[in-house]
Amino acid sequence: MASSLPGVSTSDSASADAPVIDIRELSTRFGAKVVHHDINLQVRRAEVFAIIGGSGSGKSTLLREMILLHTPSSGRIKVLGVDLKDLSRDDALNLRLRWGVMFQHGGLFGSLTVLENIGLPLREHTPMKDSQIDKIAAEKLALTGLKPEVGAQYPAQLSGGMMKRASLARALALDPELLFLDEPTAGLDPQAAAGVDELVLHLRDQLGLTIVMISHDLDLLWRVSDRVAVLGDGTLQAVASMAGLSQLDNPWITPFFEGARGHAAQAAAHRALQPRETPSKPK
Amino acid sequence: MSVFQPTFCAIDHTAAKALTICLGVCGCAQTCRLACHIFWRFMKFNPPVPLIAAKSTMLENVGRSTTSLFEQAWAMLVFIGETAQALAGWLAQPSRIRWRVVLFNLRTAGFDALPIVGLLSFLLGVVVAYQGADQLRQYGANIFVADLVGLSMLREFAPLITAIIVAGRSGSAYAAQIGTMAVTEEIDAMRTIGIEPHELLVLPKILALVIAMPLLTVFADVLGVMGGMVMAKTQLGVGFAEFLDRMANAVSVTSYLVGIGKAPVFAAIIALVGCFQGFRTHGGADSVGRQTTRSVVQSIFLVIVADALFSVVFSVLDL
Repeated sequence: MASSLPGVSTSDSASADAPVIDIRELSTRFGAKVVHHDINLQVRRAEVFAIIGGSGSGKSTLLREMILLHTPSSGRIKVLGVDLKDLSRDDALNLRLRWGVMFQHGGLFGSLTVLENIGLPLREHTPMKDSQIDKIAAEKLALTGLKPEVGAQYPAQLSGGMMKRASLARALALDPELLFLDEPTAGLDPQAAAGVDELVLHLRDQLGLTIVMISHDLDLLWRVSDRVAVLGDGTLQAVASMAGLSQLDNPWITPFFEGARGHAAQAAAHRALQPRETPSKPK
Repeated sequence: MSVFQPTFCAIDHTAAKALTICLGVCGCAQTCRLACHIFWRFMKFNPPVPLIAAKSTMLENVGRSTTSLFEQAWAMLVFIGETAQALAGWLAQPSRIRWRVVLFNLRTAGFDALPIVGLLSFLLGVVVAYQGADQLRQYGANIFVADLVGLSMLREFAPLITAIIVAGRSGSAYAAQIGTMAVTEEIDAMRTIGIEPHELLVLPKILALVIAMPLLTVFADVLGVMGGMVMAKTQLGVGFAEFLDRMANAVSVTSYLVGIGKAPVFAAIIALVGCFQGFRTHGGADSVGRQTTRSVVQSIFLVIVADALFSVVFSVLDL
């Protein structure tokens, strides 16, 4: 798919099962500090791919590199078949319009109402009329489970959970193929977090979106993630399903599943649903 | 004692290690070993604690400040380059210019500043005339108050006081606004949505201020001269008509234009520094405050430096 953008190299054959995100030999350094060393990973179409790791393990940096907010020191990242290196301004814009990002703190513009926030990408990049844009924005608002009256409010008036949903609605405004979620449940109460689970599953199953997320929420990971990448010590420790990861013996992974919280989430997951796939691919 | 001891330990730790190894390898006298052993025991009882905010020497501090100064200067150049690039984009596609944002900035930075600029320049005119009055009266040169007020206000004080007020009012607001947006990920979100932050946040501010500042300066000129006139009448008995008559002869159009001409440069400095410091905000709310303070201090500093350079250039050009 997708390598049809002008000015984009199509050396790799653009087949239907080409990875949505393809990261090869990625290294990142901040000064002398090595954040990533030789990371290789692929995200497949229509899967929920989670990235976990301790604080400072470079999860956020990896995400920022995938969405063109940070340039890696070396290595190659291809997103939707497009190499992110040396993109022209127009190509970068075209690519940006094909993905949506939900930021950890929402990243909603404080000077615009929620509905204006959601409609902003449309207003900027499409010739649609205002009435049409408002209609689409209202639809996206409803899709993320927010009440219509929230649309008229300003971000400062929203609770944390509503802010995240509104941010998600904005990320969905341009009907992206790929969605990035940065800590979608951080700072939410358990009920609101459960709502996010449903929402993510709905987006993948109904809209066929590929979802890449950073999360520490074990409940969320058990419920929605197809594969999980574990970052630790600057390298990729493993990529596997949650069930696969829980079987691995790795100093970076085991602590994650231990402790009361880990056990509770695992038990709940087993009760609620059988993990959907179990092929483990330890590195 | 307790203050010096950790420092001593930290510094001597590696030295002591090297010393111990050296002596051990050489197979020195038992006494030496014993001494080292005792020394090591002593070190163990006083383990080298990582110092709270490691004390740096003066030389280190000087080095650090110097490199950060160069780093900042370099970052500023990069920022100016990016802004110029965005400006080129605007000029190539004038339809991309965000007039609504420009007009909004014109109102907040220009129109809304009128009362404070007017009041302060009026008071400045009063002060200049009042200070001059005593001296002029001694020589019976009362009428020269028009020269004094007219020249000093139009050439120097009006542009400068306007720049200082705008730096405090708008420059700080720019830094705080952009800084807060950086902290709340709004800048990242903007890039992700495909809006160039420079086009939305920087260029409209610069454009609006470059338009507004000369106009504010004219306003400050008028109010400053009015302040001087009021003082001239009450202190020196120089009537309004007399004053204006004399001022028209004493102050050339060049002086007036020199004053106005500085304003756009000051405006560009203030807007650039404010936005630049805003974009340098990283981390949390305290960083916003720090960058805001920095933006005001730096822009006022640079405005005065620019003013001094203007004086030199104009005197060379004989203006």
